[in-house]
Amino acid sequence: MTPESETDQQYNFAYLDEQTKRMIRRALLKAVAIPGYQVPFAGREMPMPYGWGTGGIQVTAAILRRDDTLKVIDQGADDTTNAVSIRKFFKRVAGIATTEKTREATIIQTRHRIPETPLEDGQIIVFQVPIPEPLRFLEPRETETRKMHALEEYGLMHVKLYEDIARHGHIATTYAYPVKVAGRYIMDPSPTPKFDNPKMNRTPALQLFGAGREKRIYAIPPYTEVVSLDFEDHPFEVQKWDRPCALCGATESFLDEVIMDDQGTRMFVCSDTDHCEKRRGEGHVGPAQEAAE
Amino acid sequence: MYVAVKGGERAIDNAHGLMAEDRRGDPEVAELTIPQIREQMKLAVDRVMTEGSVFDRDLAALAIKQARGDLIEAAFLIRAYRTTLTRFGASLPVDTGKMKIDRRISAAFKDIPGGQVLGPTFDYTHRLLDFKLAAEGGEAPMALPVDADGETAPHVLDLLAAEGLVETPGMANDDAAPADITREAPEYPMDREARLQSLARGDEGYLLALAYSTQRGYGRTHPFAGEIRLGRVSVEFMPEELGFPVEIGEIELTECNMINQFKGSKAMPPQFTRGYGVAFGHGERKAMAMALVDRSLRSEELGEEITAPAQDQEFVLSHCDNVQATGFLEHLKLPHYVDFQSELELVRRMRGEAAE
Repeated sequence: MTPESETDQQYNFAYLDEQTKRMIRRALLKAVAIPGYQVPFAGREMPMPYGWGTGGIQVTAAILRRDDTLKVIDQGADDTTNAVSIRKFFKRVAGIATTEKTREATIIQTRHRIPETPLEDGQIIVFQVPIPEPLRFLEPRETETRKMHALEEYGLMHVKLYEDIARHGHIATTYAYPVKVAGRYIMDPSPTPKFDNPKMNRTPALQLFGAGREKRIYAIPPYTEVVSLDFEDHPFEVQKWDRPCALCGATESFLDEVIMDDQGTRMFVCSDTDHCEKRRGEGHVGPAQEAAE
Repeated sequence: MYVAVKGGERAIDNAHGLMAEDRRGDPEVAELTIPQIREQMKLAVDRVMTEGSVFDRDLAALAIKQARGDLIEAAFLIRAYRTTLTRFGASLPVDTGKMKIDRRISAAFKDIPGGQVLGPTFDYTHRLLDFKLAAEGGEAPMALPVDADGETAPHVLDLLAAEGLVETPGMANDDAAPADITREAPEYPMDREARLQSLARGDEGYLLALAYSTQRGYGRTHPFAGEIRLGRVSVEFMPEELGFPVEIGEIELTECNMINQFKGSKAMPPQFTRGYGVAFGHGERKAMAMALVDRSLRSEELGEEITAPAQDQEFVLSHCDNVQATGFLEHLKLPHYVDFQSELELVRRMRGEAAE
């Protein structure tokens, strides 16, 4: 825990005032009660730019308690600049403990990934969401998309996926792949790769989504059914790599491609840095490590 | 050997240090002071107050200094500060009819009660660089004293409204709490009160372009500048425990009332309609652009056909906030490795399939 002296005393605990937190918690309760439904909330201006996680930050600020341990990741990594910046922000305004270990965290704020380590009962994962509306690129008008959700009129989305298959032979959506939550609302899982979609299904953790600029909050309660949209003859499938992580040898994790030199030599490593380090700590070795030894 | 890039934290600290150095520029040159910016960069300060939605010249000047002259960044700094302020309540509506006028013109009438007051304006200057300004330490210019200074005058449009030629402005329901776009998520269709709030803090350049598009035929509204006035109005607040209003200060405003043609509809006889624009400080371009866009957004209410972008509420209002727009645009600088990797994998696979 950060000593009191390093915590910024000019602001309320976790930056937001209690009235604002209450407003956000109300929206969160409604969101949990109607899984996958986008609840409008009076998003505040935050001291970081819109599009940089202000929705997730507001959700985290509203649920944070003094004994929480926070993990922040961007692209799966704890050390990407914006993750560092957000973690620093909460250290400064809330003085809470932070961690890079998925297991130790009570709250995980994320952008674009779900950790490889399965989430547990009692953990909360907070997603930063740029465009919460899964139908937005099919219908730009909010007045229309709200109606479509209300009437459960999701034909357009299926037509889009079908057209992908007709044109490309398979569904050409690789991230922000739409899901149906608890058999009712179609939801945007935020721009996580579809690789992570199965992790959302019936997870024991509470999943909260915050879109600051668009002023929407939505949620998936623990153990809720989350189905990625597909067709019987074109079942949903996730990305696979034809090689393991070069550092830890993992074959079941999402890999980032790193360009090594001017000749275009490539290396594939886990995008989840905590997962990779943990495996290496346990003695797992990847091809790059083997070659070096 | 690839080593995961650690040190994001140090990189951020270094970037902050570089920025601070850049902001100061050459240390041989005297540092800008807040009063200098406040007094000599007035229009920049006014724009930051308007788009930042806080009337405080010193704060706006500080924000401009900190933002190194980037006015959108400065407005953002002001907004982020504003959102932390405690709210005591809403002031009474300011009465711009009682404005102490510094400038007031009407393009619709040659003479108006209270007179045309040109005031401080670029309008009739010749845009020739004044090299005298390049030399410092000149004598402070003094304007000739004018009669109209600080006088009040009735709104030009009210004179026409008395005859029924111009619509009477809709009166806000005084009992209802005013809409507050900073405390409620936007809902469409948005009523005019909330629309005007959005436009008031909207980006000047964006509103200028939209207003210009209506002048060029994309949703034409046939405007006349009925009145543009610049001056000071007092702000009053009614504390509940007192039960009478107390003047808490004076702010400078620019207000624009456009007169627009209206052919009439089944419900309304032909009459002139209004578009309304207002800005903190001296912001004529903003107030005029806002007035044109406000009128365009009333198309639905007035039963006009909606054909142009400037008439489309969701389009205009969801994109007018430059703090939101710049954030979302600039977030493209954040890493997107994971999404890109997913797309890369798909394109490779599809190229492989195409080659087969």
